[in-house]
Amino acid sequence: MTPKTLFDKIWDAHVVNHITDGPDQLYIDRHYCHEVTSPQAFAGLKQRGLKVFRPERTFCSPDHNIPTHDQDKTIADPVSRHAVDTLKSNASDNCLTYYGLGHDLNGIIHVIGPEQGLTLPGYTIVCGDSHTSTHGAVGAVAFGIGTSEVEMVLATQCILQPKPKTMRITVNGKLRQGISAKDVALYIIAQLGTDGCTGYFVEYAGEAIRSLSMEGRMTLCNMSIEMGARGGMVGPDQTTVEYLRGRLHSPATGEEFDKAATRWLALATDPDAKFDREVAFDTANIGVRVTYGTNPGMGIDIDELIPEPTNESEEKALEYMQFTPGQPIKGTPVDYVFLGSCTNGRIEDFREFARVVDGHKRSERITAWLVPGSRSVMKQIVEEGIDKILQKAGFELRQPGCSACLAMNDDKIPAGKLCVSTSNRNFEGRQGPDSRTILASPATAAHVAITGHL
Amino acid sequence: MPKHKFNIVTSTCVPLPYDNIDTDRIIPARFLKSTTREGFGENLFRDWRYDSDGNLRPDCPLNDPRYSGCILVAGKNFGCGSSREHAAWAIADYGFRVVISTFFADIHRNNELNSFVLPVVVSEEFINDLFDSIDRNPATKVSVDLPKQTVTNLETGQSETFEINSYKKQCLIEGLDDIEYLLSHREDIINYENGNKF
Repeated sequence: MTPKTLFDKIWDAHVVNHITDGPDQLYIDRHYCHEVTSPQAFAGLKQRGLKVFRPERTFCSPDHNIPTHDQDKTIADPVSRHAVDTLKSNASDNCLTYYGLGHDLNGIIHVIGPEQGLTLPGYTIVCGDSHTSTHGAVGAVAFGIGTSEVEMVLATQCILQPKPKTMRITVNGKLRQGISAKDVALYIIAQLGTDGCTGYFVEYAGEAIRSLSMEGRMTLCNMSIEMGARGGMVGPDQTTVEYLRGRLHSPATGEEFDKAATRWLALATDPDAKFDREVAFDTANIGVRVTYGTNPGMGIDIDELIPEPTNESEEKALEYMQFTPGQPIKGTPVDYVFLGSCTNGRIEDFREFARVVDGHKRSERITAWLVPGSRSVMKQIVEEGIDKILQKAGFELRQPGCSACLAMNDDKIPAGKLCVSTSNRNFEGRQGPDSRTILASPATAAHVAITGHL
Repeated sequence: MPKHKFNIVTSTCVPLPYDNIDTDRIIPARFLKSTTREGFGENLFRDWRYDSDGNLRPDCPLNDPRYSGCILVAGKNFGCGSSREHAAWAIADYGFRVVISTFFADIHRNNELNSFVLPVVVSEEFINDLFDSIDRNPATKVSVDLPKQTVTNLETGQSETFEINSYKKQCLIEGLDDIEYLLSHREDIINYENGNKF
């Protein structure tokens, strides 16, 4: 048999039909829905007189429009409230699992999927959200889709999709001390560009990747879309198995779990499998990373100087960020810090932030928004006493949601203000009209939060 | 979404000669709260077209009276970022039927096709020639012939072919969507499920 990549094995096992000179009809094991990209799909379904084809495979949680305070009250913004209510009634009309606002299992859809064991190795997973790539961390083929495709999944549990090419990104060596998955992701994007992997599905490999926790792998796979990739994945190993053990929807512990674990561990790229493209990086070159422009590829080591723009788009980006070429980024005064999002809103990220700020005080010039990715993360923060450390250092925890990552709720960075954010995109106006964003790791964000500058 | 039947589109163009135009720029997140597909054109490139007081920004090509038409010409990596199909709906609702670029982000490209907007990938040489033509003469027309898969700059006569798989091409010509295909293959789905090992 021809050696195959892990991606090819999973994809090929899910092809229902191949259309000649056209896309594949792909079966979807798990479908996640949030309130922004699904209402038009449910409306389309209704218009066709259809119900959801396989309701047990779709899970819903509102996350983008929800406030991060007073979640026990009604949502003040009537348009946001309507969007959330629409998801609730669509879920109820179609017998779908719905984790509403304030529910113990509510949270950002890409945080709750893995933490509940809904995201499993070997699965095909889609959601009307580009950061669905997060779920690839367990060794799944997971990618974002548009609303028309959401409707296809609701109607038939399938989508039509051209098969992407395959690419392997190997990161050799041990990560330097203090370097996190976020730094690795920002480094790779800066090397390959925001369109560097367009058309490809990425498998991450190498010693540095193997050493990452599941949370770290999720951060890296999450950012795959920022290099243009259709998705990113890490082959399952013992770290994956241990992470999934005992999760709410994972196979039960004992014999059933062991059988599943054996199956998962067999999911690997064959030794001689050929990727359409291979790239390798060395950890020796990966330092603490920050962005300085208006796309995630415009990034540097924190010790580097702001580079000269090479085209008109970059020139515009520097002007927007109010940075001058040749200026050091280190020492830049900052106004806001945002810890959270589907990129860095997991328990490990809060542990790291707390470790850095422990025994220090929040800088007076910093407004800090610390937003757990889910109710479960929030609960764990309290159980581990992290909330006490944060409180002592002058930080307040907010309630879970997407929050200032894309500022659909009230958590908007004011015009002109500079925010160091653990989220995934630094596009113009992403965190609020005319706001300025520097992407960084939770540890970097924590240092900024106590010193007031980079 | 109105299912336009595609054939030949000939029109003047609106040029956006910038790379990496992301979907947050095409339609900012705060306008995604609507639960219908209509009306997004009003907020297409909202923060580029309008300043914070709601005045038109003169530097935005969409506000430039010299430019009009149903073909948008953009720099490479158009539609990168978020998967929001609202971006494609906004483009369609504003009145564009074709977007020409050297390179589209994957999800956005699918979203345009599913929203009956045709993404046309051209060479670097073609797009530079086209930007030059529009610069010299804003009334420059382009003709996109889907059945023949050709795109022609009518000002200079430069022409090239573009890629589209024959399945999707037929869908656009006949005004059909993917769900119709999938619904007609339900039996295959059930057969697949009976053998699905995941």
